[in-house]
Amino acid sequence: MTETELLTWVRGPGFQIATIIFVMGIMLRLLEILMLGRKADLAEAKGSEMSSGLRTIFSRTLPDASTFKRSTFTITAGYIFHVGLFVVIFLFAPHILLFKDVIGFGWPALPSTVIDATAVVTIITLVVVLAHRLKDPVKRFLSTFDDYLGWFVTILPLITGYIAFHRIGISAPALIAIHILSVELLMVVFPFTKLMHTFTLVLARWYNGAISGFRGVQS
Amino acid sequence: MTNDLSRKDKTLGEALRSQGVSRRSFLKFCAATASMMALPPSMIPTIANALEKARRPSVIWLSFQECTGCTESLTRAHTATIESLIFDSISLDYHHTLQAAAGHAAEAAREAAMEENDGQYLLVVDGSIPLGNPGYSTIAGISNYDMLMDTAKGAAAIISVGTCAAFGGIPHARPNPTGAVSVSDIIKDKPIINVPGCPPIPVVITGVLTHFLTFGAIPDLDDLGRPKTFFGQSIHDRCYRRPFYDKGLFAETFDDEGARLGWCLYKLGCKGPTTYNACATTKWNGGVSFPIESGHPCLGCSEPDFWDGGGFYKAISMPTENITKTTIYAAAAGVAAGVAIGATGRMKKASASKAHQKVTIDDLEK
Repeated sequence: MTETELLTWVRGPGFQIATIIFVMGIMLRLLEILMLGRKADLAEAKGSEMSSGLRTIFSRTLPDASTFKRSTFTITAGYIFHVGLFVVIFLFAPHILLFKDVIGFGWPALPSTVIDATAVVTIITLVVVLAHRLKDPVKRFLSTFDDYLGWFVTILPLITGYIAFHRIGISAPALIAIHILSVELLMVVFPFTKLMHTFTLVLARWYNGAISGFRGVQS
Repeated sequence: MTNDLSRKDKTLGEALRSQGVSRRSFLKFCAATASMMALPPSMIPTIANALEKARRPSVIWLSFQECTGCTESLTRAHTATIESLIFDSISLDYHHTLQAAAGHAAEAAREAAMEENDGQYLLVVDGSIPLGNPGYSTIAGISNYDMLMDTAKGAAAIISVGTCAAFGGIPHARPNPTGAVSVSDIIKDKPIINVPGCPPIPVVITGVLTHFLTFGAIPDLDDLGRPKTFFGQSIHDRCYRRPFYDKGLFAETFDDEGARLGWCLYKLGCKGPTTYNACATTKWNGGVSFPIESGHPCLGCSEPDFWDGGGFYKAISMPTENITKTTIYAAAAGVAAGVAIGATGRMKKASASKAHQKVTIDDLEK
């Protein structure tokens, strides 16, 4: 298989297979969770589930003061690489073209140099975060294969993307093909690991908020 | 082109002089060639010396499944450049389009050239070779495959001119009805220089010929068999519109403000980032411009399978299949499967709670 054939495959059938697993997996897992249902709470409601739930989805984006004091590093580093991932994935012109092709509309991009710098910061932060996970006894104890796999498939597209952008080493078609392939690996693994938190965090936050709302307490 | 032995015996230097090329312009050509091939200036006298003394090499040019575009590109120079004179100065002993002879006489010329220059001649091939059926493309009743194998035997080196000869090109595009293959697919025991492009840049051919005449060897090749001096850098890396790519300024359509201002053509499907060729530096039509300069994205014609790359006007980052449809179907299937699994779970839960037997204190005291 030549480099061009590989590139054509990852842009065609490869991406299609990855999309099927990605989308089907996410839907299946979300439906599974939703279909579990909740037992009816027979107590008298002290407030609204809905408003408290919706509010909590957004309010939990910011950490409360005491949590932040306790885990300053984890939270700060978490913010940096999450924002970094958002910028790199969604604000790079070639990526926006891909989204536009699938969902029918696009949005303005940031200059490539800004994306480049953000990618470097994100990669470094992810490495530091892994080092912290391995060094911290509690984090290390709580970590499973799932955590390391999630980390690996997240940093891989960033590294392959960085190399492809700077065209280091092998020829450009191969570098771009490897980058797309690494993204496809992420898509395939995504629904079956903790990376699902991208979607389930909305359900989890709403649920937390709704319970508090029902009981009439602050969430 | 001719079997005139007196002409063939001339050295390249003599041939050029007889055509009115001055020593000064000849050295200028040598200097330009040296810089083009990234050789140090100290190599210029060596090149001049070697070219001066070189006997005009016998060249046999075989045309298989092709459109003659490569020959057109190489011969239709607007002005008589030294490059074209060098090209004229080789002893082109067999070339369908250019030779005067036809029929048996033409084939006899090829056989004579092969015999006279056994092991010395350069074989130039343009066009792909059909393996599906020998009858798909024949010359004088000889299949392309047989003629290539026969002529390649005594060749010093082979130059595959154009993407069809180098990588199969358009005949090789899906579904490849003739079973077209490239020269390097079937010939493994000869040095092969690929000069792809649809068509390739004329100066690349003369550059490769000059290199062969100067050093008696083929130039450094990349992993696709292309001379590194011409195919070492991508169009994207040498594109004058590159700063617009870096700034995120793109033409969205062929007639918007961005297109008029000469912004990057990436979004219009430019394959510059994945294409290695010299268009952005040597340019076309005597250095006038190249496709991107004329406002059209690069098609990537010097890369293998450029015809099957998912559409000329689709950006490289865009999927080639209809992913919107895939997403909708996958989502529907995922929801159906999720509901089915969820419902099974619920049924299990319901039957478990139905089968649940309550234990009372009386039961325990029994």
